[in-house]
Amino acid sequence: MTENPKLARRWFLKATLVAGGTLVFGVHLPIVSRAEERFGIEPPLADFHPNAFIKIAPSGKVTVVVGQAEMGQGVLTSLPMIVADELEVEWSNVSYEQGPAGKEFANPAFGAQITGGSASVKGFFEPLRKSAAAAREMLVSAAAAQWGVPAEECRARNSEVFHPTSRRTAKYGTLLDAASKLVPPAEPKLKDPKDFRYIGKSVKRLDTPEKVNGSGIFGMDVKVPGMLTATILRSPVIGGKVAAVDDSAAKAVKGVRNVVGLDSGVAVVADNYWAAKKGRDALRVTWNDGPMKSVSSGGLYQASVDAAKNGKGIEAKKVGDITAGRSKAAKTIEAIYWAPYLAHATMEPMNATADVRADSCEVWSGIQAQMVVQSQVAKELGIPVEKVKVNNTLLGGGFGRRLGDYVMDAVRLSKSVGKPVKVVWTREDDMHGDFYRPSSYNVMSAGIDGSGKPVFWQHRIVSPSIMATLGPGLFGFAPPPDRLDDSATEGAHTLPYDTENLFVDWVRIDPGVPVGFWRSVGSSHTAFSTECFLDELAAAAKKDPLEFRLSLLTKHPRHAGALKLAAEKAGWGKPAAGTFQGIAVHESFDSFVAEVAEVSVGADGQVRVHRVVCAVDCGQVVNPDTVKAQMEGAIVFGLTAALYGEITIKDGRVQQNNFYDYKMLRMNEMPKVEVYIVPSAEKHGGVGEPGTPPIAPAVVNAIFAATGKRVRQLPIRPEELKTA
Amino acid sequence: MKLSINRKEYETEADPNTPLLWVLRDDIGLTGTKFGCGVAQCGACTVHVNGEAKRSCVTPVKAAAGKEITTIEGISSDLSHPLQKAWIAEDVPQCGYCQSGQIMSAAILLKENKKPTDTDIDHAMSGIICRCGTYNRIRAAIKRAAMEGGV
Repeated sequence: MTENPKLARRWFLKATLVAGGTLVFGVHLPIVSRAEERFGIEPPLADFHPNAFIKIAPSGKVTVVVGQAEMGQGVLTSLPMIVADELEVEWSNVSYEQGPAGKEFANPAFGAQITGGSASVKGFFEPLRKSAAAAREMLVSAAAAQWGVPAEECRARNSEVFHPTSRRTAKYGTLLDAASKLVPPAEPKLKDPKDFRYIGKSVKRLDTPEKVNGSGIFGMDVKVPGMLTATILRSPVIGGKVAAVDDSAAKAVKGVRNVVGLDSGVAVVADNYWAAKKGRDALRVTWNDGPMKSVSSGGLYQASVDAAKNGKGIEAKKVGDITAGRSKAAKTIEAIYWAPYLAHATMEPMNATADVRADSCEVWSGIQAQMVVQSQVAKELGIPVEKVKVNNTLLGGGFGRRLGDYVMDAVRLSKSVGKPVKVVWTREDDMHGDFYRPSSYNVMSAGIDGSGKPVFWQHRIVSPSIMATLGPGLFGFAPPPDRLDDSATEGAHTLPYDTENLFVDWVRIDPGVPVGFWRSVGSSHTAFSTECFLDELAAAAKKDPLEFRLSLLTKHPRHAGALKLAAEKAGWGKPAAGTFQGIAVHESFDSFVAEVAEVSVGADGQVRVHRVVCAVDCGQVVNPDTVKAQMEGAIVFGLTAALYGEITIKDGRVQQNNFYDYKMLRMNEMPKVEVYIVPSAEKHGGVGEPGTPPIAPAVVNAIFAATGKRVRQLPIRPEELKTA
Repeated sequence: MKLSINRKEYETEADPNTPLLWVLRDDIGLTGTKFGCGVAQCGACTVHVNGEAKRSCVTPVKAAAGKEITTIEGISSDLSHPLQKAWIAEDVPQCGYCQSGQIMSAAILLKENKKPTDTDIDHAMSGIICRCGTYNRIRAAIKRAAMEGGV
């Protein structure tokens, strides 16, 4: 992020003693949003809205109020760890509370309360440290004043202040009243990282107990007194609208209370889910299919081919001169890479509960963008934002899907029937109603000189724009049609390999299929196209894929470092008997991840991934075990997509329905996964997403090693690899 | 209809063909058993009926009436079940949504097979999808619980 003095914000801390003697610390954070960063748009200065609440109770118990959504990435543990360390409290005294929606909980990395972009630790590390350090200094000062000794002689340890000379101690819980009367220090002194007690050490997740005894509450589990449950029958054709409804049979189902027409379809509201589902099954609806009726996957692919040839490219990166580079090439390689639409398929289908009252509304749901939902609901109901309370639950998977679009139907239904309503999507609703990972059609060409050095690299990406679909709702803007949506080219326009002539551009298509952020976003397909194509270059240059990469990463030591560590741990060049290795490295969300896949391909073309070795450089680490878990999970996520993932459309209908035709990797297909962390004091990179991009190219490159065949279209198709 | 769930007796007026899952969740209020697919493809809804693992999303409640039903809430009241302890020790869950089904399936595996091999684990556990990809930790936790015994 570039320094812009106009956008500089002041940092405030406010300490307040509340009922029960608990001391609450609120912080106002300097915020620069993605919109400001990318487009130089300056938003109005915010009022004082303290965020990142830390509560210290008289018992000494510390509660960290986390406004970020917990969707498996461990944020309910990592953010409290940061506070515990700087505040000098024992881990057993620390717990979390899920914060409500509100700009006071905005992530400084976005300027909005969004959990995404692998940015929770990145955004909150410094502010949380600073607030906890300020709180610690206030507690120390309070104790020092009571004892009449200089604060410098005292230190904090294990939830108490200690004065070594007189051997006096005072527990934090006894100092709250005195501390609340002090002026918070403007520039508290942060701990020396060598003294970190929790940061950098594996700490057990705080949220595991509630996830192994059934007590954790996901959106699906919310129960509100008087609540009804609804399911919605939506148009089978994307964008279709209701033409006519015969709801007589539906209304006759026991337990069905109301049938309500919505923009999205026809809702059946009932006493419980099963009645709502049976009622829905009994609906007879005719649809106006709309323009998407004539859209099928074959045509969509052809539209990408045509756009690549005839469309106007928007420049994403230009270095040197491609034409000059071409003339120097001893050998030119060309290839087309294709990645399909993909569904998120979170384990918990979408759902939301809303209770619309006379002049207020309460929402319960698992949401990655609570603040956006809050303002949308307020607008819908014509009430002030403060009258909309959004309670975030645990998220049964997010991956970029759970931004909150599913909330509005619950709000409208609650308003319509005058009771709290929970809307539950079936798995099929979820599969058909996603914001899909955009397809990506890649025209690539590159040349090498006589020594095998790349003399040019040209990459044209054709894909729909995520920001055009989601930008207006989420960030309040969409890139103009002639501007780059860099979520389409990230990872490609940042190609790390040395070449004097580089050109990357993007052709935007608007085929009408809803698209969205899918774990690792643009990198989910650009790592595949660039890292596989680079492997083609290595083969053309007759170089080892690892050595070739390292020779071209002279300006990118962190890529090289991750590669070397992964290769060393994997035993690069020495695969287990009967297996073949492939390697890939990719930077996303400021983290650098290299993966080596060990793969075998059967005579029937079946691909088996036996082992994946991952090395990650994500800068300074908060919880190493969480980093490992996120890499493990991200690898499974990417591998599932590489082996099986494809959403296809026929006559405007998404053809996949459930896990029987949108397959997931299962236990019996799970490779061994080893994760190694590159020791680093660099600033934080993300960890939720960066493990996903390298796995598809690592596997595909291993398939080349095994079979001599290049897989340039995902998912990998066994029928194209079979030899018998 | 009378139901015996976690050693407690309940009475339900649900339609006998209602899937057990929705009686547990909506009627009885035991929401630890999860809805993932509705067609016995993901295993998130796994419960025990007379000591066997059942996909409650496709089990009509009438088929479970009069039998001993156990849900995730019933395997211990205090996180003392060996699998719960092993899950905590291995830090298995990420989002956590599938883990009730994973633990309930693993409990049947270990009841029938005190020292499962990797192949046994694959066989018993491949019906339960984890979208977060915690499979290797699930495997480690099952082995840990097997070693410590008591299931």
